[in-house]
Amino acid sequence: MLRNGLGKAFRFLGYTVQYGCIAHCAFEYLGGIVVCSGPSMEPTIQNSDIVFSENLSRHFYCIRKGDIVIVKSPNDPKSNICKRVIGLEGDKVCTSNPSDFLKSHSYVPKGHVWLEGDNLRNSTDSRCYGPVPYGLIRGRICLKIWPLNDFGFLRASPNGHRFLDD
Amino acid sequence: SPRNPEQKIIKRVIALEGDIIKTIGYKKKYVKVPHGHIWVEGDHHGHSFDSNAFGPVSLGLLHARATHILWPPQRWQKLQPTLPPERKPLHREQE
Repeated sequence: MLRNGLGKAFRFLGYTVQYGCIAHCAFEYLGGIVVCSGPSMEPTIQNSDIVFSENLSRHFYCIRKGDIVIVKSPNDPKSNICKRVIGLEGDKVCTSNPSDFLKSHSYVPKGHVWLEGDNLRNSTDSRCYGPVPYGLIRGRICLKIWPLNDFGFLRASPNGHRFLDD
Repeated sequence: SPRNPEQKIIKRVIALEGDIIKTIGYKKKYVKVPHGHIWVEGDHHGHSFDSNAFGPVSLGLLHARATHILWPPQRWQKLQPTLPPERKPLHREQE
């Protein structure tokens, strides 16, 4: 009786470990569901929206300008931030605020990206902490799942003027 | 590596967030390591592509800690976490 119970317990533990490993690999290498909070990506992503992010683009190095990405925060490795890629390495980006009279530009260094939230007035992003190393990117958001009336692929940036063409 | 995301580099941690250290060949003579970052240097000063070239490294880029050398067998050893005395931080932030 006890041996049966022990056998069942070990089998259950074995299944849990197996599923745990598969789930971990899936989240790490394929993608997962993310709940977003904060106002910095409005109107594209509102507070407590649920989105699906895929991690394949970062492993194959095909993150493009204009993608919305999930990035480990440069100042706090335990938290994640969600922003749009405005410039890749070598691109020229505008570092000054839209309200400034004199515009300043700089080039994104090698191995880094320039991130900005869609809600430019209420977003701490690369204009605050500088270009972010590519290695901190965790995944690319490809689909919005919740709220259901806004289901689907994400729109283009409302701030098209921030993208400077070479 | 902060400059090349495809590459992994192996260096020694010299300073943690909040410490102020004296740099070798960096654009600023003294650097206070920002929150969430570390300062890394290779043991062979002057011939190392480390924080003296690319600045403090975000902790999110940290991949793993090297504990032992396995190969070649004559160099089999445990890597000691020692800080060279001349590279000690000037001011350590007390926790």
